[in-house]
Amino acid sequence: MARKTLFDKVWDAHVVVPETADKPAVLYIDLHLIHEVTSPQAFTVLRERGLPVARPDRTLATMDHSTPTTPVRSLADIQVVGPSAAQQIQQMQRNCEEFGIELRGFDSKERGIVHIIGPELGATQPGKTIVCGDSHTSTHGAFGALAFGIGTTEVGHVLATQCLLQRRPKTMAINVHGTLAEGVTAKDLILAIIGEIGVDGGTGHVLEYRGEAIRSLDMAGRMTVCNMSIEAGARAGMVAPDDTTFEYLANRRFAPKAAEFDRAVDRWRNLCGDVDAVFDREVSIDASSLAPMVTFGTNPGMVTPVDVALPEKPSDGSWDRALDYMRLEPGKPIAGTPVDVVFVGSCTNARMPDLEATANILRGRKVADGVRMLIVPGSQAIKAEAEAAGLHQVFTEAGAEWRESGCSMCLGMNGDTVDSGKLAISTSNRNFEGRQGIGARTVLASPATAAASALAGHVADPREYL
Amino acid sequence: MQRFTELTATTVALPRADIDTDQIIPARFLTTTTREGLGDGLFADWRFLSDGTPDPEFVLNRPEHASATVLVTERNFGCGSSREHAPWALLDYGFRAVISSEIADIFHSNSLKNGLLPIRVSDDVVKLLLSRPHKVLISVETCTLSILNDAGNTEKTIEFPLDGFSRYCLLEGIDQLGYLQGQSDAITAYANDFADSTNPAL
Ligand code: SF4
Repeated sequence: MARKTLFDKVWDAHVVVPETADKPAVLYIDLHLIHEVTSPQAFTVLRERGLPVARPDRTLATMDHSTPTTPVRSLADIQVVGPSAAQQIQQMQRNCEEFGIELRGFDSKERGIVHIIGPELGATQPGKTIVCGDSHTSTHGAFGALAFGIGTTEVGHVLATQCLLQRRPKTMAINVHGTLAEGVTAKDLILAIIGEIGVDGGTGHVLEYRGEAIRSLDMAGRMTVCNMSIEAGARAGMVAPDDTTFEYLANRRFAPKAAEFDRAVDRWRNLCGDVDAVFDREVSIDASSLAPMVTFGTNPGMVTPVDVALPEKPSDGSWDRALDYMRLEPGKPIAGTPVDVVFVGSCTNARMPDLEATANILRGRKVADGVRMLIVPGSQAIKAEAEAAGLHQVFTEAGAEWRESGCSMCLGMNGDTVDSGKLAISTSNRNFEGRQGIGARTVLASPATAAASALAGHVADPREYL
Repeated sequence: MQRFTELTATTVALPRADIDTDQIIPARFLTTTTREGLGDGLFADWRFLSDGTPDPEFVLNRPEHASATVLVTERNFGCGSSREHAPWALLDYGFRAVISSEIADIFHSNSLKNGLLPIRVSDDVVKLLLSRPHKVLISVETCTLSILNDAGNTEKTIEFPLDGFSRYCLLEGIDQLGYLQGQSDAITAYANDFADSTNPAL
């Protein structure tokens, strides 16, 4: 029998009807995550055709993208940014009510960014197929799940049938040798990987991250890595589950309990790829040689170690537009570039360890004059945990703003935006033109680099602040 | 879904690589709950100046390209966010097909589900099509893109890849939900026999 990769095992276990030359496979979806922005038109289709939601019990709903993050005293004070966003939020509430889906809405302690609450609630588990109308669904692959983003039409397919029509993707192993040096994090690693394979290097593939450096990451770090698989063009990224995974899941709300948990762990252990399983492509990265990474262009593949000069422009002019937009000069170091806004948040880097790393650098220090720093926890549960640990005090004493959870400045849909021309150093995942606000210039970095830059008032190497 | 069999059209070139879906339709237009009207936001940050007036320099605003319905771009079109608002915006604006040497996975899948044809061709063909507007004939039946000369005769015909099932859906103008619903017995059996015991619901 052919040796199977982790991906092969999960895919094969979910094929309801095999693919043929004429027809894609019918793939069963164990968990469907929905949010307010990419689901309304799918519910409209269900309504038009008189269809129910097939499995409300496999559907996890929250609101995160257009929700405000400004702290309020009571729910009644919540101010949504504009009438259409408010209408979208109301529509989400109506859709969930009408179709019998439990919504983790404004009043829920379990509300948060969809890719943060899935794992946090233990709904994300090894071996599951997980989809969401959101490209960063790849995050959940950190648990050894096959998780990928879909469009709204497909959201409708899953709501109506709990299945998708899919062609089997190719596989790519990303073998990460060695270990990360101090001050170099999972975020730096994934930025380096994207820089290496390119923003379209993963197109058509599911990535599996392997090797010593991946094994030694905690679940938050693995989620950061898998989260940005889509920025390399890949639909999904996966990490084989191990004791770190099982320890994380034990006793979480939707995780199996007691003897059932032990049985699940036995099953999950078998998901690891067979020795000698063959990938369509393999790439090797040496983790020990990496420095903290920052982006300098308008896609996540334009990335550089923070402590060296920017590369010279390629002669084909392909960087000209990006460097003009970023107002950065080739051949000059990016460190020292003045920063206007610092954002710590998003489904890439807004978990407890990210907030702790931020606090460790900010503790007892002050954000530089003229710099606005926004710290947005990934979920209400993380907010509560951070506050119980006193992190919010560290943040506010340093001069940063501490917010309610949500996507916030990652995509600037809820009113948290960066003004035109301003430079933001951001722990999110996309430095596209205008992503954080019209004309906003984004530098992607780890929480440590973001915090160090907030203190310095310019792009800074976090290793100087450890 | 609109049927797509054959199209004779003029191309317009947007010579940029890695055009992400945030450029195609910026996030501030995503608070809508319908599919209609998104063409107004298509490439909004490129099409409009900061005072909201059209940028006369931007290619889509030039009168000579007003009738173009096929967009040609450099590699990796549609990368980034999974927002289906991107093909909705392109269609609403009047585009019927996109040609590039690489088209991002999710955008590709979303386009096919809405009758916007993603056409992947070699870098050389893209380079040729980027040089000036061309008249083209696109056939979904034969999965070919023909480049026509001024007299309307075929100068060059290129095959492009298209999954058989997607091609069938485009030709018939049907969506895939009906097909999936037709599999309900197999789906129920799978859920009962496997999913609900192995990967139980919440
Ligand atoms: S935090 Fe950003 S990337 Fe993540 S789901 Fe929200 S908008 Fe998308």
